[in-house]
Amino acid sequence: MTAYVIRRLMQSVVVVLIMSVIVFFGVNVVGDPVDMLINPEADQEDIEAAIRALGLDKPIGEQYLFFLKNAITGNLGKSFIFGEPALQLIIQRMPATLELAITALLMAIFLGIPLGLYAGLKPDSPASRTIMAGSILGFSLPTFWVGLMMIMVFAVMLGWLPSTGRGETATFLGITSSLFTLNGLQHIFMPALNLALLKISLVIRLTRAGTREAIHQDYIKFARAKGLSPHRVIMVHLLKNILIPVVTVIGLEFGSLVAFSVVTETIFAWPGMGKLLIDSIQQLDRPVIVAYLIIIVLLFVTLNLIVDILYSILDPRVRLGEREA
Amino acid sequence: MTTKKKGPTLSVHDLRTHFHTKAGVVKAVDDVSFDVKGGQVMGLVGESGSGKSVTGFSIVGLIDPPGRVVSGSIKFKGEELVGASEERLQKLRGNRIAMIFQDPMMTLNPVLRIDTQMTEAIKAHRDVDAQTAWEEARDALGQVGIPSPEERLKTYPHQLSGGMRQRVAIAIAFLNKPDLIIADEPTTALDVTIQSQIIHEAQTLCRKTGTALIWITHDLAVVAGLADHICVMYAGRIVEEGKADDIIDRPLHPYTIGLIGSVPSHNKRGQRLNQIPGMTPSLLNLPPGCAFRNRCKFDDGECLDEPGPTRPVRGRSVRCFHPQRMEVTS
Repeated sequence: MTAYVIRRLMQSVVVVLIMSVIVFFGVNVVGDPVDMLINPEADQEDIEAAIRALGLDKPIGEQYLFFLKNAITGNLGKSFIFGEPALQLIIQRMPATLELAITALLMAIFLGIPLGLYAGLKPDSPASRTIMAGSILGFSLPTFWVGLMMIMVFAVMLGWLPSTGRGETATFLGITSSLFTLNGLQHIFMPALNLALLKISLVIRLTRAGTREAIHQDYIKFARAKGLSPHRVIMVHLLKNILIPVVTVIGLEFGSLVAFSVVTETIFAWPGMGKLLIDSIQQLDRPVIVAYLIIIVLLFVTLNLIVDILYSILDPRVRLGEREA
Repeated sequence: MTTKKKGPTLSVHDLRTHFHTKAGVVKAVDDVSFDVKGGQVMGLVGESGSGKSVTGFSIVGLIDPPGRVVSGSIKFKGEELVGASEERLQKLRGNRIAMIFQDPMMTLNPVLRIDTQMTEAIKAHRDVDAQTAWEEARDALGQVGIPSPEERLKTYPHQLSGGMRQRVAIAIAFLNKPDLIIADEPTTALDVTIQSQIIHEAQTLCRKTGTALIWITHDLAVVAGLADHICVMYAGRIVEEGKADDIIDRPLHPYTIGLIGSVPSHNKRGQRLNQIPGMTPSLLNLPPGCAFRNRCKFDDGECLDEPGPTRPVRGRSVRCFHPQRMEVTS
């Protein structure tokens, strides 16, 4: 197990390194930040001074090595716009994005699994057909459009929920989040649901497919033949088997929730990392873009590892390290 | 060898289990009757699709839609099970009536440990503490010949061989000392040496505990040495019934004769294997008259009629207009 984790961590370092090269060089191809930053009326001398100050006069390879050297010490560069360390800018906005992504994830789990289970156990009932039709809509409607419609219906027409911002936050156990105030919960409901919609649909489909398959397995019939209650047959014998793929997907999808919250945050003006990224791209704030992308890569790599470990806990046939010599 | 009890443990009468599919009604079990007494082994023999497994599942009430027991009676120790509530059936299942399934690779839940799967069967029916349940599970494993049962309890099914898993399934079936065990082809998926061991274990346990056993199989050879009584099923009906020895030595129904004749050991080396011509008819559109008619060499005009109610011939019953008196060379 330990050897496995160490090997995976080393693989992760390689992945992050390769990603940093792609991101760093890629960002350098798009636009010239100096044009965005400097007063158009500045003379050539000022422009060159600015270029030197930003370190953009050096060859790109040298810039990358400089970046790498700093990155090892945790310094991912300073924002061109704010003049603050990029990492710090992102970390400041991270709680807002994380609370949004976690709420969306919980919605996907607590709505998706029961609905999928129901649809799998009673495939022919009208309720199941409605659930499945709903999940097709959840899959196919574009997130931004659904977000706009939600704002129009619930914020503009009905006036039930606020349309933008994070609302009031409160600090509980050292964590500042809008999840701890009623006003904050009202604010987070719509964007979280919007972000979760696709994932809820995905979890419903996965759970339903797993249930349909498992319900006809002999071990379910055998469990019933043992005289177990339907509750135990479904909640233990069935659910533990179908949770294996569901956990894998949910774990990996959490990364994409964080990464793709960009769209939702933009629509609902949610002050998270995604909105910061969009703003930074528009202003060609290279250090922030690079730092953001590297953090997302790290997030995915970490989640993958956690999913693998969780998987082995759920499925005794995949005990890690057992078969690896 | 038969324990003295008032009446049979199980009495099935005119059982009909039909599946209402979009293509029509499949009469998987059609007018089946038999009795099983305590301590007795009843062999239910037939080809795939003859309705023998459906008969077994009908008894424990595990027929899922579109299937349904449409009529008949299943009396378990005098209690009517057809139409009994799901709660009542759940109390009986695994407790008074246990089942053993065909494929040991599939019957145990792959993600639960053996001890979980065993103790839950105890706790579902009796109010015992975890320690007692665990000890009972351990003793049950020992009884079916599993070495070092304490360690086996902590394993997952995938860590055990097929034969071991089937022993675990048998141990689970015996956990609550049931009055009746329905074994649905429990040795089909195992190799021959393990097969005879398993049969021996099951037989010994039944004799010891006075449990009635229904052994469902397609293999007459298996049932020959095990069963006291044999029912041969064909196309949802029992075509021949009687004492095991009588049926094996002097089969009356042309189908039983064909079955016995097609066991390879009866043939000489190099000789073509005997087979029953034709195929099992589809239960969906069963032609009128005897279901075996198209494959039978004794077929005549009379067989176009619905074969009469099982009439006793020489102390046993057979559903045929032309019961044969053929001696089988052994």
